Amino acid sequence: MIKEEFKILAPCGMLGYGFPKASFMKGMAHSPDAIVVDAGSTDAGPHKLGAGTAIVSKQACKKDLEIIITEGIKAGIPIIIGSAGGSGAKVHVEWTQAIVMEILRERSLHGIKIATIWADIPHEVVGAKLDAGQCEPLGLTVAPLTKDRLEATTHIVAQMGHEPIIAALQAEADITICGRAYDPSPFAAVAMHHGFDSALAYHLGKILECAALSAEPGTTKDCMLGILRQDSFVVKPLDEIRKCTAVSVAAHTFYEKDHPYILHGPGMVLDLQHCVFTELGDGSVEVRGSQISETPVYKIKLEGAMKVACRTFVIAGVRDPLLIARIEEVEELVKQQVYEYYNEIPAEDYKIHFINYGLNGVLGELEPQRKPAHELGVVFEVVAKTQELANAICSSVRSTFLHYGYEGRKSTAGNLAFPFAPSDIPFGDVYEFSVYHLMEVADGLEMFQNEYVEV
Amino acid sequence: MKLYDAAAVFRSKNSGPFAITVDVLFTDSLFYYKMKHSGQINKEVVSKLYNVEPELITHIVFFDQALGFKITFARKVSSGTFLDRDVYGAQQHAPLMELEVN
Repeated sequence: MIKEEFKILAPCGMLGYGFPKASFMKGMAHSPDAIVVDAGSTDAGPHKLGAGTAIVSKQACKKDLEIIITEGIKAGIPIIIGSAGGSGAKVHVEWTQAIVMEILRERSLHGIKIATIWADIPHEVVGAKLDAGQCEPLGLTVAPLTKDRLEATTHIVAQMGHEPIIAALQAEADITICGRAYDPSPFAAVAMHHGFDSALAYHLGKILECAALSAEPGTTKDCMLGILRQDSFVVKPLDEIRKCTAVSVAAHTFYEKDHPYILHGPGMVLDLQHCVFTELGDGSVEVRGSQISETPVYKIKLEGAMKVACRTFVIAGVRDPLLIARIEEVEELVKQQVYEYYNEIPAEDYKIHFINYGLNGVLGELEPQRKPAHELGVVFEVVAKTQELANAICSSVRSTFLHYGYEGRKSTAGNLAFPFAPSDIPFGDVYEFSVYHLMEVADGLEMFQNEYVEV
Repeated sequence: MKLYDAAAVFRSKNSGPFAITVDVLFTDSLFYYKMKHSGQINKEVVSKLYNVEPELITHIVFFDQALGFKITFARKVSSGTFLDRDVYGAQQHAPLMELEVN
Protein backbone atom coordinates (compact mmCIF):
# COMPACT_ATOMS: atom_id res chain seq x y z
CA MET A 1 0.00 0.00 0.00
CA ILE A 2 1.54 3.29 -1.12
CA LYS A 3 1.31 6.15 1.32
CA GLU A 4 -0.75 9.11 0.17
CA GLU A 5 1.93 11.58 1.08
CA PHE A 6 5.65 11.31 1.55
CA LYS A 7 7.52 14.10 3.31
CA ILE A 8 11.23 14.86 3.03
CA LEU A 9 12.96 17.35 5.27
CA ALA A 10 15.95 19.13 3.69
CA PRO A 11 17.87 20.90 6.47
CA CYS A 12 20.28 22.93 4.33
CA GLY A 13 21.71 23.16 0.83
CA MET A 14 25.14 22.00 1.90
CA LEU A 15 25.89 19.89 4.93
CA GLY A 16 27.93 22.12 7.21
CA TYR A 17 26.42 25.41 6.01
CA GLY A 18 24.15 25.41 9.07
CA PHE A 19 20.41 26.01 9.52
CA PRO A 20 18.17 27.55 12.19
CA LYS A 21 17.25 24.82 14.66
CA ALA A 22 13.77 26.34 14.98
CA SER A 23 13.10 25.73 11.26
CA PHE A 24 14.39 22.19 11.55
CA MET A 25 12.18 21.43 14.55
CA LYS A 26 9.21 22.95 12.73
CA GLY A 27 9.98 20.52 9.93
CA MET A 28 10.17 17.62 12.40
CA ALA A 29 6.73 18.64 13.71
CA HIS A 30 5.35 17.75 10.26
CA SER A 31 6.47 14.14 10.91
CA PRO A 32 8.72 13.79 7.87
CA ASP A 33 9.41 10.35 6.41
CA ALA A 34 13.11 11.05 5.78
CA ILE A 35 15.84 13.63 6.28
CA VAL A 36 18.06 14.08 3.24
CA VAL A 37 20.97 16.47 2.90
CA ASP A 38 23.33 17.19 0.02
CA ALA A 39 26.97 17.69 0.91
CA GLY A 40 28.50 17.94 -2.53
CA SER A 41 29.61 20.44 -5.11
CA THR A 42 32.30 21.02 -7.71
CA ASP A 43 31.78 24.78 -7.37
CA ALA A 44 34.89 25.38 -5.28
CA GLY A 45 37.11 24.06 -8.07
CA PRO A 46 39.19 20.92 -8.56
CA HIS A 47 41.36 21.23 -5.45
CA LYS A 48 38.96 19.49 -3.02
CA LEU A 49 38.63 16.42 -5.16
CA GLY A 50 42.28 16.39 -6.22
CA ALA A 51 43.80 16.93 -2.81
CA GLY A 52 41.12 14.97 -0.91
CA THR A 53 40.02 17.82 1.34
CA ALA A 54 36.52 18.79 2.48
CA ILE A 55 34.51 21.90 1.55
CA VAL A 56 33.37 22.64 5.10
CA SER A 57 35.20 22.28 8.41
CA LYS A 58 34.78 19.17 10.52
CA GLN A 59 33.26 21.36 13.21
CA ALA A 60 30.59 22.72 10.85
CA CYS A 61 29.74 19.30 9.45
CA LYS A 62 29.47 17.81 12.92
CA LYS A 63 27.31 20.66 14.22
CA ASP A 64 24.70 20.02 11.48
CA LEU A 65 24.90 16.23 11.71
CA GLU A 66 24.41 16.22 15.49
CA ILE A 67 20.95 17.73 15.07
CA ILE A 68 20.07 15.67 11.99
CA ILE A 69 21.18 12.34 13.46
CA THR A 70 19.76 12.87 16.94
CA GLU A 71 16.33 13.93 15.70
CA GLY A 72 16.24 11.50 12.78
CA ILE A 73 17.08 8.49 14.96
CA LYS A 74 14.57 9.62 17.61
CA ALA A 75 11.85 9.78 14.93
CA GLY A 76 12.95 6.46 13.44
CA ILE A 77 13.28 7.83 9.90
CA PRO A 78 16.09 7.27 7.39
CA ILE A 79 18.86 9.84 7.10
CA ILE A 80 20.69 10.17 3.78
CA ILE A 81 23.80 12.21 3.09
CA GLY A 82 24.57 12.86 -0.59
CA SER A 83 28.11 13.42 -1.96
CA ALA A 84 29.74 13.03 1.45
CA GLY A 85 32.63 15.33 2.27
CA GLY A 86 31.99 17.56 -0.76
CA SER A 87 33.61 15.61 -3.57
CA GLY A 88 32.42 12.15 -2.56
CA ALA A 89 35.66 10.20 -3.08
CA LYS A 90 36.78 7.51 -0.63
CA VAL A 91 38.77 9.96 1.50
CA HIS A 92 35.77 12.31 1.75
CA VAL A 93 33.37 9.51 2.58
CA GLU A 94 35.69 8.20 5.30
CA TRP A 95 35.95 11.71 6.73
CA THR A 96 32.14 11.85 6.97
CA GLN A 97 31.90 8.29 8.35
CA ALA A 98 34.29 9.23 11.16
CA ILE A 99 32.12 12.22 12.11
CA VAL A 100 28.95 10.10 12.08
CA MET A 101 30.61 7.44 14.24
CA GLU A 102 31.86 10.07 16.68
CA ILE A 103 28.34 11.45 17.10
CA LEU A 104 26.82 7.98 17.61
CA ARG A 105 29.50 7.18 20.20
CA GLU A 106 29.18 10.47 22.06
CA ARG A 107 25.39 10.21 22.15
CA SER A 108 25.45 6.49 23.04
CA LEU A 109 23.21 5.64 20.09
CA HIS A 110 23.11 1.90 19.38
CA GLY A 111 21.41 -0.50 17.00
CA ILE A 112 21.99 1.80 14.04
CA LYS A 113 22.59 0.37 10.58
CA ILE A 114 24.88 2.49 8.45
CA ALA A 115 25.15 2.08 4.70
CA THR A 116 28.11 3.49 2.83
CA ILE A 117 27.96 3.73 -0.96
CA TRP A 118 31.34 4.12 -2.59
CA ALA A 119 31.47 6.17 -5.80
CA ASP A 120 35.15 5.77 -6.68
CA ILE A 121 35.86 4.51 -10.18
CA PRO A 122 39.15 2.66 -10.69
CA HIS A 123 41.53 4.21 -13.24
CA GLU A 124 41.74 0.95 -15.20
CA VAL A 125 37.97 0.89 -15.66
CA VAL A 126 38.03 4.41 -17.10
CA GLY A 127 41.03 3.50 -19.28
CA ALA A 128 39.25 0.46 -20.69
CA LYS A 129 36.05 2.44 -21.35
CA LEU A 130 38.09 5.13 -23.14
CA ASP A 131 39.68 2.46 -25.33
CA ALA A 132 36.25 1.03 -26.08
CA GLY A 133 34.93 4.46 -27.08
CA GLN A 134 32.46 4.42 -24.17
CA CYS A 135 33.77 7.45 -22.33
CA GLU A 136 33.29 10.91 -23.87
CA PRO A 137 34.21 14.41 -22.64
CA LEU A 138 31.24 16.41 -21.32
CA GLY A 139 31.75 19.91 -22.68
CA LEU A 140 33.28 21.64 -25.67
CA THR A 141 36.48 22.65 -23.89
CA VAL A 142 37.22 19.47 -21.91
CA ALA A 143 40.72 18.32 -22.86
CA PRO A 144 41.10 14.76 -24.21
CA LEU A 145 41.81 12.30 -21.41
CA THR A 146 45.21 10.97 -22.48
CA LYS A 147 46.94 8.09 -20.70
CA ASP A 148 49.25 10.59 -18.98
CA ARG A 149 46.42 12.76 -17.74
CA LEU A 150 44.46 9.75 -16.54
CA GLU A 151 47.50 8.47 -14.65
CA ALA A 152 48.11 11.89 -13.07
CA THR A 153 44.50 12.08 -11.85
CA THR A 154 44.32 11.43 -8.10
CA HIS A 155 40.69 10.50 -7.46
CA ILE A 156 37.97 9.64 -9.98
CA VAL A 157 34.37 9.57 -8.81
CA ALA A 158 31.06 9.07 -10.60
CA GLN A 159 27.71 10.62 -9.77
CA MET A 160 25.34 7.88 -8.66
CA GLY A 161 21.65 7.75 -9.45
CA HIS A 162 18.87 6.52 -7.16
CA GLU A 163 19.57 2.80 -7.69
CA PRO A 164 22.31 2.09 -5.09
CA ILE A 165 20.56 4.35 -2.57
CA ILE A 166 17.30 2.43 -2.99
CA ALA A 167 19.33 -0.75 -2.40
CA ALA A 168 20.59 0.72 0.89
CA LEU A 169 17.03 1.60 1.92
CA GLN A 170 15.85 -1.91 1.01
CA ALA A 171 18.58 -3.18 3.34
CA GLU A 172 16.94 -0.99 6.02
CA ALA A 173 19.84 1.37 6.55
CA ASP A 174 19.13 4.04 9.17
CA ILE A 175 21.91 6.29 7.94
CA THR A 176 23.14 6.20 4.34
CA ILE A 177 26.40 7.93 3.50
CA CYS A 178 26.67 8.30 -0.26
CA GLY A 179 29.88 8.98 -2.14
CA ARG A 180 29.50 11.31 -5.10
CA ALA A 181 25.85 11.45 -6.13
CA TYR A 182 23.83 13.39 -8.67
CA ASP A 183 22.54 16.05 -6.25
CA PRO A 184 18.81 15.18 -6.56
CA SER A 185 19.35 11.38 -6.42
CA PRO A 186 19.31 10.84 -2.62
CA PHE A 187 15.99 12.73 -2.42
CA ALA A 188 14.53 10.92 -5.42
CA ALA A 189 15.69 7.54 -4.12
CA VAL A 190 13.88 7.67 -0.80
CA ALA A 191 10.63 8.75 -2.47
CA MET A 192 10.91 6.18 -5.27
CA HIS A 193 11.65 3.50 -2.67
CA HIS A 194 8.18 4.22 -1.29
CA GLY A 195 6.59 3.95 -4.72
CA PHE A 196 6.36 7.59 -5.74
CA ASP A 197 6.68 8.81 -9.32
CA SER A 198 10.30 9.17 -10.43
CA ALA A 199 9.79 12.40 -12.40
CA LEU A 200 8.20 14.18 -9.45
CA ALA A 201 10.74 12.65 -7.07
CA TYR A 202 13.70 13.89 -9.12
CA HIS A 203 12.20 17.33 -9.69
CA LEU A 204 11.53 17.65 -5.96
CA GLY A 205 15.09 16.45 -5.31
CA LYS A 206 16.46 19.11 -7.62
CA ILE A 207 14.69 21.74 -5.53
CA LEU A 208 15.41 20.25 -2.08
CA GLU A 209 19.12 19.72 -2.67
CA CYS A 210 19.43 23.50 -2.27
CA ALA A 211 16.99 23.53 0.68
CA ALA A 212 15.39 27.00 0.97
CA LEU A 213 17.17 28.54 -2.02
CA SER A 214 14.01 28.43 -4.14
CA ALA A 215 12.07 30.47 -1.57
CA GLU A 216 12.06 34.25 -1.28
CA PRO A 217 14.33 35.39 0.22
CA GLY A 218 16.31 32.38 -0.86
CA THR A 219 19.12 30.73 1.08
CA THR A 220 20.92 27.40 1.29
CA LYS A 221 21.20 27.93 5.04
CA ASP A 222 17.59 27.21 5.99
CA CYS A 223 15.25 24.21 5.90
CA MET A 224 12.60 23.23 3.35
CA LEU A 225 9.95 20.53 3.46
CA GLY A 226 8.99 18.58 0.37
CA ILE A 227 5.66 16.76 0.25
CA LEU A 228 5.16 14.22 -2.50
CA ARG A 229 1.72 13.17 -3.58
CA GLN A 230 0.59 10.80 -6.31
CA ASP A 231 0.51 13.37 -9.10
CA SER A 232 2.18 16.44 -7.63
CA PHE A 233 4.55 17.69 -4.98
CA VAL A 234 4.57 20.66 -2.64
CA VAL A 235 7.55 22.64 -1.43
CA LYS A 236 7.10 24.41 1.86
CA PRO A 237 9.55 26.80 3.55
CA LEU A 238 9.82 26.31 7.31
CA ASP A 239 10.79 29.81 8.33
CA GLU A 240 8.05 32.47 8.45
CA ILE A 241 10.27 35.01 6.73
CA ARG A 242 10.37 32.89 3.55
CA LYS A 243 7.73 32.21 0.92
CA CYS A 244 7.82 30.17 -2.25
CA THR A 245 6.16 31.68 -5.30
CA ALA A 246 5.26 30.02 -8.58
CA VAL A 247 8.04 31.97 -10.26
CA SER A 248 10.66 31.39 -7.56
CA VAL A 249 10.16 27.63 -7.74
CA ALA A 250 9.98 27.57 -11.54
CA ALA A 251 13.11 29.70 -11.72
CA HIS A 252 15.04 27.41 -9.40
CA THR A 253 15.80 24.90 -12.13
CA PHE A 254 17.79 27.66 -13.82
CA TYR A 255 20.30 27.57 -11.01
CA GLU A 256 23.73 26.17 -11.91
CA LYS A 257 22.30 24.24 -14.85
CA ASP A 258 23.10 24.67 -18.51
CA HIS A 259 19.44 24.53 -19.53
CA PRO A 260 16.39 25.86 -17.64
CA TYR A 261 14.08 22.89 -18.04
CA ILE A 262 15.99 19.95 -19.55
CA LEU A 263 18.10 18.30 -16.87
CA HIS A 264 20.41 15.38 -17.57
CA GLY A 265 21.06 12.89 -14.77
CA PRO A 266 22.39 9.35 -14.42
CA GLY A 267 20.57 7.25 -17.00
CA MET A 268 17.77 9.77 -17.45
CA VAL A 269 16.59 13.14 -18.70
CA LEU A 270 14.16 15.29 -16.75
CA ASP A 271 11.87 17.55 -18.81
CA LEU A 272 10.20 20.35 -16.86
CA GLN A 273 8.96 22.39 -19.80
CA HIS A 274 5.29 21.67 -19.20
CA CYS A 275 5.26 21.94 -15.42
CA VAL A 276 2.54 23.91 -13.72
CA PHE A 277 3.43 25.79 -10.54
CA THR A 278 0.56 26.77 -8.22
CA GLU A 279 0.78 28.96 -5.13
CA LEU A 280 -1.23 27.42 -2.30
CA GLY A 281 -1.60 30.67 -0.36
CA ASP A 282 0.45 29.66 2.68
CA GLY A 283 3.88 30.31 1.15
CA SER A 284 4.07 26.84 -0.35
CA VAL A 285 3.89 25.90 -4.03
CA GLU A 286 2.47 22.81 -5.69
CA VAL A 287 4.16 21.47 -8.80
CA ARG A 288 2.76 19.06 -11.40
CA GLY A 289 3.65 17.95 -14.87
CA SER A 290 7.31 16.95 -14.42
CA GLN A 291 8.37 14.38 -17.00
CA ILE A 292 11.25 11.94 -17.08
CA SER A 293 12.61 9.55 -19.66
CA GLU A 294 15.29 6.91 -19.42
CA THR A 295 18.19 7.29 -21.82
CA PRO A 296 18.77 4.42 -24.29
CA VAL A 297 22.28 3.93 -22.88
CA TYR A 298 22.92 4.40 -19.15
CA LYS A 299 25.70 6.97 -18.72
CA ILE A 300 27.27 8.23 -15.51
CA LYS A 301 29.16 11.47 -15.09
CA LEU A 302 32.79 11.10 -14.03
CA GLU A 303 34.80 13.73 -12.18
CA GLY A 304 38.53 13.67 -11.55
CA ALA A 305 41.28 16.15 -10.82
CA MET A 306 45.03 16.17 -11.27
CA LYS A 307 47.85 18.30 -9.93
CA VAL A 308 49.20 20.60 -12.64
CA ALA A 309 51.72 22.81 -10.81
CA CYS A 310 52.82 24.50 -7.59
CA ARG A 311 52.04 28.18 -7.05
CA THR A 312 53.50 31.18 -5.24
CA PHE A 313 51.71 34.53 -5.39
CA VAL A 314 51.95 38.15 -4.26
CA ILE A 315 49.24 40.74 -3.59
CA ALA A 316 50.24 44.35 -4.18
CA GLY A 317 48.67 47.74 -4.84
CA VAL A 318 49.55 50.37 -7.42
CA ARG A 319 48.49 54.00 -6.92
CA ASP A 320 50.96 55.87 -9.14
CA PRO A 321 49.00 57.19 -12.18
CA LEU A 322 52.08 56.99 -14.42
CA LEU A 323 52.44 53.26 -13.74
CA ILE A 324 48.69 52.60 -13.93
CA ALA A 325 48.65 54.14 -17.41
CA ARG A 326 51.09 51.50 -18.70
CA ILE A 327 50.64 48.66 -16.24
CA GLU A 328 50.32 45.82 -18.74
CA GLU A 329 53.29 46.98 -20.74
CA VAL A 330 55.46 47.16 -17.60
CA GLU A 331 54.32 43.72 -16.47
CA GLU A 332 55.36 42.28 -19.82
CA LEU A 333 58.80 43.90 -19.50
CA VAL A 334 59.17 42.55 -15.94
CA LYS A 335 58.32 39.09 -17.22
CA GLN A 336 60.94 39.34 -19.98
CA GLN A 337 63.62 40.47 -17.54
CA VAL A 338 62.91 37.49 -15.27
CA TYR A 339 63.07 35.08 -18.24
CA GLU A 340 66.42 36.56 -19.22
CA TYR A 341 67.78 36.47 -15.68
CA TYR A 342 66.86 32.79 -15.29
CA ASN A 343 67.84 31.79 -18.82
CA GLU A 344 69.37 28.54 -17.52
CA ILE A 345 65.91 27.30 -16.47
CA PRO A 346 63.76 25.96 -19.34
CA ALA A 347 60.92 28.42 -19.93
CA GLU A 348 58.33 25.60 -19.91
CA ASP A 349 59.19 24.78 -16.27
CA TYR A 350 57.28 27.81 -14.99
CA LYS A 351 54.68 30.44 -15.92
CA ILE A 352 54.19 34.02 -14.73
CA HIS A 353 50.72 35.56 -14.67
CA PHE A 354 49.42 38.99 -13.66
CA ILE A 355 45.86 39.80 -12.59
CA ASN A 356 45.07 43.52 -12.51
CA TYR A 357 42.04 44.28 -10.32
CA GLY A 358 40.66 47.67 -11.25
CA LEU A 359 41.43 47.05 -14.92
CA ASN A 360 40.20 43.61 -15.98
CA GLY A 361 40.86 41.40 -12.95
CA VAL A 362 37.52 39.60 -12.97
CA LEU A 363 36.81 39.17 -16.67
CA GLY A 364 40.31 39.09 -18.17
CA GLU A 365 40.11 39.04 -21.96
CA LEU A 366 36.30 39.05 -21.77
CA GLU A 367 36.30 42.53 -20.21
CA PRO A 368 34.60 44.96 -22.61
CA GLN A 369 35.36 48.13 -20.58
CA ARG A 370 39.05 48.70 -20.20
CA LYS A 371 39.20 51.88 -18.13
CA PRO A 372 41.65 51.56 -15.22
CA ALA A 373 40.58 52.78 -11.79
CA HIS A 374 42.64 55.32 -9.83
CA GLU A 375 44.30 52.44 -8.01
CA LEU A 376 44.91 48.84 -9.01
CA GLY A 377 45.14 45.65 -7.03
CA VAL A 378 47.80 43.54 -8.68
CA VAL A 379 48.05 39.83 -8.01
CA PHE A 380 50.95 38.08 -9.61
CA GLU A 381 51.48 34.39 -9.49
CA VAL A 382 54.13 31.96 -10.59
CA VAL A 383 53.23 28.34 -11.22
CA ALA A 384 56.09 25.90 -11.59
CA LYS A 385 57.02 22.24 -11.48
CA THR A 386 58.09 22.49 -7.84
CA GLN A 387 57.24 24.78 -4.95
CA GLU A 388 60.92 25.75 -4.62
CA LEU A 389 61.05 26.90 -8.23
CA ALA A 390 57.75 28.80 -7.89
CA ASN A 391 59.12 30.54 -4.78
CA ALA A 392 62.40 31.44 -6.49
CA ILE A 393 60.83 32.81 -9.68
CA CYS A 394 58.12 34.70 -7.78
CA SER A 395 60.76 36.32 -5.60
CA SER A 396 62.54 37.49 -8.73
CA VAL A 397 59.28 38.80 -10.29
CA ARG A 398 58.51 40.70 -7.10
CA SER A 399 61.91 42.37 -6.78
CA THR A 400 62.10 43.14 -10.50
CA PHE A 401 58.59 44.65 -10.54
CA LEU A 402 59.19 46.63 -7.33
CA HIS A 403 62.21 48.39 -8.76
CA TYR A 404 61.56 48.30 -12.50
CA GLY A 405 62.63 51.56 -14.17
CA TYR A 406 59.92 51.92 -16.79
CA GLU A 407 60.00 54.78 -19.24
CA GLY A 408 58.77 58.01 -17.69
CA ARG A 409 58.99 56.74 -14.10
CA LYS A 410 59.23 59.40 -11.38
CA SER A 411 58.69 57.21 -8.29
CA THR A 412 62.21 55.84 -8.20
CA ALA A 413 61.87 54.33 -4.71
CA GLY A 414 59.41 51.54 -5.53
CA ASN A 415 56.46 50.61 -7.74
CA LEU A 416 54.37 48.39 -5.46
CA ALA A 417 52.52 48.76 -2.13
CA PHE A 418 52.53 45.39 -0.33
CA PRO A 419 49.84 44.97 2.31
CA PHE A 420 51.70 42.12 4.01
CA ALA A 421 55.21 41.15 5.02
CA PRO A 422 56.39 38.72 3.88
CA SER A 423 54.89 39.51 0.51
CA ASP A 424 55.40 36.15 -1.21
CA ILE A 425 52.84 33.49 -0.34
CA PRO A 426 53.62 29.86 -1.16
CA PHE A 427 50.19 28.50 -2.11
CA GLY A 428 50.88 24.82 -2.66
CA ASP A 429 49.46 22.58 -5.35
CA VAL A 430 47.27 23.77 -8.23
CA TYR A 431 44.78 21.24 -9.61
CA GLU A 432 42.72 20.97 -12.76
CA PHE A 433 39.59 18.99 -13.61
CA SER A 434 41.18 16.36 -15.84
CA VAL A 435 38.13 14.11 -15.94
CA TYR A 436 34.67 15.47 -16.72
CA HIS A 437 33.29 12.72 -18.86
CA LEU A 438 30.21 10.63 -19.50
CA MET A 439 30.86 6.91 -19.23
CA GLU A 440 28.60 4.14 -20.48
CA VAL A 441 27.68 1.51 -17.89
CA ALA A 442 25.42 -1.55 -17.80
CA ASP A 443 23.07 -0.03 -15.23
CA GLY A 444 22.87 2.30 -12.25
CA LEU A 445 24.27 -0.27 -9.82
CA GLU A 446 27.32 -1.57 -11.68
CA MET A 447 29.91 0.96 -10.52
CA PHE A 448 28.73 1.63 -6.96
CA GLN A 449 29.45 -0.66 -4.02
CA ASN A 450 27.26 -0.72 -0.92
CA GLU A 451 28.74 -1.61 2.46
CA TYR A 452 26.87 -2.03 5.73
CA VAL A 453 27.86 -1.82 9.35
CA GLU A 454 25.76 -2.09 12.53
CA VAL A 455 26.66 0.09 15.50
CA MET B 1 17.21 51.05 -21.22
CA LYS B 2 19.92 48.74 -20.05
CA LEU B 3 18.97 45.08 -19.59
CA TYR B 4 19.73 45.16 -15.85
CA ASP B 5 17.17 47.93 -15.30
CA ALA B 6 14.43 45.57 -16.42
CA ALA B 7 15.60 42.40 -14.68
CA ALA B 8 14.83 41.28 -11.14
CA VAL B 9 17.54 38.62 -11.02
CA PHE B 10 20.73 38.90 -13.02
CA ARG B 11 23.40 36.34 -12.15
CA SER B 12 26.07 33.99 -13.41
CA LYS B 13 27.42 30.73 -12.07
CA ASN B 14 29.33 27.68 -13.19
CA SER B 15 27.26 24.97 -14.79
CA GLY B 16 29.85 22.35 -14.02
CA PRO B 17 33.55 23.29 -14.16
CA PHE B 18 33.60 23.78 -17.94
CA ALA B 19 30.69 26.15 -18.56
CA ILE B 20 29.35 29.51 -17.42
CA THR B 21 25.62 30.08 -17.30
CA VAL B 22 23.95 33.49 -17.08
CA ASP B 23 20.36 33.80 -15.81
CA VAL B 24 18.16 36.83 -16.38
CA LEU B 25 14.76 36.75 -14.68
CA PHE B 26 12.01 39.37 -14.91
CA THR B 27 8.95 40.16 -12.82
CA ASP B 28 7.10 41.96 -15.59
CA SER B 29 5.68 39.29 -17.88
CA LEU B 30 4.95 41.82 -20.65
CA PHE B 31 8.59 42.80 -20.74
CA TYR B 32 9.68 39.16 -20.59
CA TYR B 33 7.62 38.25 -23.66
CA LYS B 34 8.82 41.38 -25.42
CA MET B 35 12.42 40.29 -24.88
CA LYS B 36 11.60 36.74 -25.91
CA HIS B 37 9.92 37.70 -29.16
CA SER B 38 12.16 40.64 -30.14
CA GLY B 39 15.18 38.45 -30.85
CA GLN B 40 17.48 41.01 -29.22
CA ILE B 41 19.17 38.27 -27.20
CA ASN B 42 21.01 36.17 -29.73
CA LYS B 43 24.31 34.39 -30.30
CA GLU B 44 25.83 37.28 -32.19
CA VAL B 45 25.19 39.71 -29.33
CA VAL B 46 26.43 37.30 -26.67
CA SER B 47 29.47 36.41 -28.72
CA LYS B 48 30.42 40.06 -29.01
CA LEU B 49 29.75 40.94 -25.37
CA TYR B 50 31.78 38.02 -24.04
CA ASN B 51 34.44 37.86 -26.74
CA VAL B 52 33.51 34.20 -27.14
CA GLU B 53 33.12 32.27 -30.41
CA PRO B 54 29.46 31.61 -31.33
CA GLU B 55 30.14 27.86 -31.48
CA LEU B 56 31.07 27.92 -27.78
CA ILE B 57 27.60 29.27 -26.88
CA THR B 58 25.63 26.11 -26.17
CA HIS B 59 22.26 27.46 -25.06
CA ILE B 60 20.12 30.57 -25.23
CA VAL B 61 16.75 29.44 -23.85
CA PHE B 62 13.64 31.24 -22.65
CA PHE B 63 11.46 29.57 -19.96
CA ASP B 64 8.01 31.12 -19.69
CA GLN B 65 7.03 29.74 -16.27
CA ALA B 66 10.08 31.38 -14.72
CA LEU B 67 9.81 34.60 -16.77
CA GLY B 68 13.46 34.34 -17.63
CA PHE B 69 16.12 33.30 -20.04
CA LYS B 70 19.43 31.51 -19.73
CA ILE B 71 22.64 31.75 -21.70
CA THR B 72 25.30 29.04 -21.37
CA PHE B 73 28.75 29.09 -22.94
CA ALA B 74 31.88 27.00 -22.58
CA ARG B 75 34.70 28.23 -20.39
CA LYS B 76 38.05 28.63 -22.12
CA VAL B 77 39.74 27.97 -18.77
CA SER B 78 38.05 25.47 -16.46
CA SER B 79 37.08 26.40 -12.91
CA GLY B 80 39.83 26.75 -10.35
CA THR B 81 42.89 25.93 -12.40
CA PHE B 82 45.78 28.12 -13.58
CA LEU B 83 44.55 31.25 -15.46
CA ASP B 84 40.99 31.01 -14.15
CA ARG B 85 39.80 34.28 -12.61
CA ASP B 86 36.41 33.32 -11.21
CA VAL B 87 36.26 29.88 -9.59
CA TYR B 88 32.47 29.93 -9.05
CA GLY B 89 31.78 31.89 -12.23
CA ALA B 90 29.72 34.21 -10.05
CA GLN B 91 30.76 37.57 -11.58
CA GLN B 92 30.53 36.78 -15.27
CA HIS B 93 27.07 38.30 -15.75
CA ALA B 94 28.31 41.91 -15.84
CA PRO B 95 29.00 42.33 -19.58
CA LEU B 96 25.40 41.38 -20.43
CA MET B 97 23.96 43.81 -17.83
CA GLU B 98 25.07 46.77 -19.89
CA LEU B 99 23.21 45.66 -23.03
CA GLU B 100 20.88 48.34 -24.37
CA VAL B 101 17.42 46.90 -25.00
CA ASN B 102 14.09 48.35 -26.02
